[in-house]
Amino acid sequence: MVESVVLWRRLVGAQIRSQLQYRASFVLDLAGSFLISFVDFLAVLVIFHNVPRLGEWSVEEVAFLYALSSISFAITDLAIGHLDQFPQKIRDGNFDILLVRPRGSLYQVIASDFQLRRLGKAAQGLLVLGYALAALHVDWDPGRVAMLVVMIPAGVVLFSSVWVIGACLSFWTTDGGEFTNAFTYGGAFMAQSPIDIYGTWLRRFLCYIVPLGFVCYFPALYILDKRDPLGLPRFLEFSSPFVALLAAFVAGTIWRGAVRHYRSAGG
Amino acid sequence: MIDVEHLSKSFVVRRGKLRRQRHVVDAVADLSFRVERGELLGYLGPNGAGKSTTIKMLTGILVPSSGRVTVAGLDPSRRRIELARRIGAMFGQRVQLWWDLPLIDSFELLRHIYKVPADRYRASLARFREVLDLDPFLHTPVRQLSLGQRIRGELTASLLHEPELLFLDEPTIGLDVVAKQRVRDFLVEINRERGVTVLLTTHDLGDIERLCDRLLVIDHGRLIWDGRIPDLKERYGADRMLIVDLERPAPPLEIEGATVERVDGPRQWLRFRGPAAELTARVAASARLVDLQIAEPDIEEIVRRIYSNPAI
Amino acid sequence: MRLDWEIAKRGWRRYAAYPWATAAGVFTNTVFGFLQAYILLALFEHRSDVGGYDAADTVTYVWLAQALIMTVYIFGWQELALRIRDGSIATDLSRPLDPQRYWLAFDLGRAPYHFVFRGLLPFLVGGLVFELHYPTPLDLAAFIASVTLAVVVSLGFRFLYNSSAFWLLDIRGVMTVAITVNLFLSGMVMPISFFPDWLRTVAHALPFAAILQTPVDVWLGKHDGWGLAGVLALQVFWAFVLLGLGRLTLRAGTRRLEVQGG
Repeated sequence: MVESVVLWRRLVGAQIRSQLQYRASFVLDLAGSFLISFVDFLAVLVIFHNVPRLGEWSVEEVAFLYALSSISFAITDLAIGHLDQFPQKIRDGNFDILLVRPRGSLYQVIASDFQLRRLGKAAQGLLVLGYALAALHVDWDPGRVAMLVVMIPAGVVLFSSVWVIGACLSFWTTDGGEFTNAFTYGGAFMAQSPIDIYGTWLRRFLCYIVPLGFVCYFPALYILDKRDPLGLPRFLEFSSPFVALLAAFVAGTIWRGAVRHYRSAGG
Repeated sequence: MIDVEHLSKSFVVRRGKLRRQRHVVDAVADLSFRVERGELLGYLGPNGAGKSTTIKMLTGILVPSSGRVTVAGLDPSRRRIELARRIGAMFGQRVQLWWDLPLIDSFELLRHIYKVPADRYRASLARFREVLDLDPFLHTPVRQLSLGQRIRGELTASLLHEPELLFLDEPTIGLDVVAKQRVRDFLVEINRERGVTVLLTTHDLGDIERLCDRLLVIDHGRLIWDGRIPDLKERYGADRMLIVDLERPAPPLEIEGATVERVDGPRQWLRFRGPAAELTARVAASARLVDLQIAEPDIEEIVRRIYSNPAI
Repeated sequence: MRLDWEIAKRGWRRYAAYPWATAAGVFTNTVFGFLQAYILLALFEHRSDVGGYDAADTVTYVWLAQALIMTVYIFGWQELALRIRDGSIATDLSRPLDPQRYWLAFDLGRAPYHFVFRGLLPFLVGGLVFELHYPTPLDLAAFIASVTLAVVVSLGFRFLYNSSAFWLLDIRGVMTVAITVNLFLSGMVMPISFFPDWLRTVAHALPFAAILQTPVDVWLGKHDGWGLAGVLALQVFWAFVLLGLGRLTLRAGTRRLEVQGG
């Protein structure tokens, strides 16, 4: 286990070194992705230009939610964004090579790339978070601080699980890759708004089936001391780490099953 | 080293967009052969014959439909990770190195993936650097390498962990003559001096001719030849060609014991069997010759004959 | 003329060859449609009018935007850039067919495919769940015209940023900026009518509004009489400007290639 982390760190180190080599181009890329990710936040600002509250949420509260989901998503994108190219990898036959190596295939796929420039979006999220925390009056206690610290890794694990499950589709269909965009990018889009504004069935979907509601919404309710206006039980506010672990487990299982299918149905 | 018994693999293929009729394809049917340690074996067959499917089953990528496979004493589909430590694989048309990273970084990463001890890694790498002349591009990102350089890098990558068995899929494809020779020499060295068993899948008959002791030929999923190359030549290569250049163009010569295969101006190709001396005398007696030569059938021709006339 | 038709057919066929990708896209668009619809509907909790739109207008806007997203190809397109990068552009330029004309014809063949096969279904789904605004026959006809013009404007823009490949090795940066600007200022992320006044003025002064906002507003009946003619004329204007700029960059780029030796 430790070894896998060490190996991943080596890969990340190697990629960072190689990407920093073209310093000018890298800085431009980073600045570009930083600026561009503000566009999403601009949308939030435009909304609040027109109304004082979105549902039960004020602009600072939505900014808070937005920032946290943005940071979680950015970190996920940083680590496994290359999964978008996975359908092509399968089509080219480059997945088979991984099966000839003495390591798990999912681990190798994740460790095959790392794009430092995606940090730009995380930086933008941090800035918005700074603004939100300054503007909000949160009654900080150890519990709330702990929640804030935990929710980002939990969010990363949740987003990653959805992304990995999406990538598994490529083992069954050659063109299925695009379906997962609905969940990965759609997921990011969903998570940045309070889910209480979505209709009932969509909220249930986001809580129980594709649990992206847990990325930020529930932890945010706890930190901001709000109640879910449609009355979902309070214990959900603490459940995000557990949901994250469960999601990771499900993702791993589905991956293993998908690879098994791939290995018997034909590479 | 490799023991294959009645190995079969069939796929379900769905034809048609909407109706989706199921259609079973036998990619590999009832394959049986053995490979001993230290052999350098060629694996040949037309496209779609089942070569890649066989290799995938031997390396653990694909699970067989039926039959038994044992590689290095292990069942590949069940003990994939254990087997992976002992085998190396290189696919000529696919890239296993990290595209954006310098070559040396890929080697380092693979060292950790295979858990090669530092001193052995250094020794191996030093050897490859010398034999394959890697130093000029060791620190260049893989995406900037020429094909020949990349192939040398890939070969190194597949051997860094000192596997007992090496699978090569079209390793010389797209290389120029000089590069091909270099790769071939390298393969001979690792096989003869290091005792690495090599299974070489290739379309390049030059590779076969120069490297392989033994040849497996597969067509439509079935083994149609398993044996040494001299035996192959004897069985299928009995016919030779006498190429004569006459003084002036003439209608096809009528010579006992030979058939004219082709005429091109003053040059004629005569197919014959057996000793050439008598035939040459007869030809010289019936026409005015300027020059003549005798051509042995090349592997390509022989392989073509096998496909139309399987031995097994 | 016949040649243009053949090229257009090729454009259609190129995307029709991947029905599953289209199906997946329809699914994605539908999902995003729902998400955005709910978010924007939340604005109408205490107001009945935002920027001249009522709730039905806004929801219709969302579903039309999703329906048109592929038709006007708001996202990244780099086919021309790739041809420039790998050198095939030299072959294209040596033929008696103008590259801009080729890509325009190709895109005009592609757009109907995306309109029908990626656009209709999400819109129908949206129409089943939400109450949408439907156009008068005149507005519908104007809408079709407007969408066609929007495709041309979009192609002009895409051609332009693709030709930066004559000078840059990797247009990824340019493309990201181009897409983002387009996304925001065409009204894809949010209707331009919701923007603060100053931003709205800026947006209307730029060609991007002609790519999405204009056709949607035509459908919603936000323009009539001379106003309607005016917005269509503006689209034509932008089409000419962008295609014109594209011709200039093409010429400059070609010259650069000749100097460099291809």
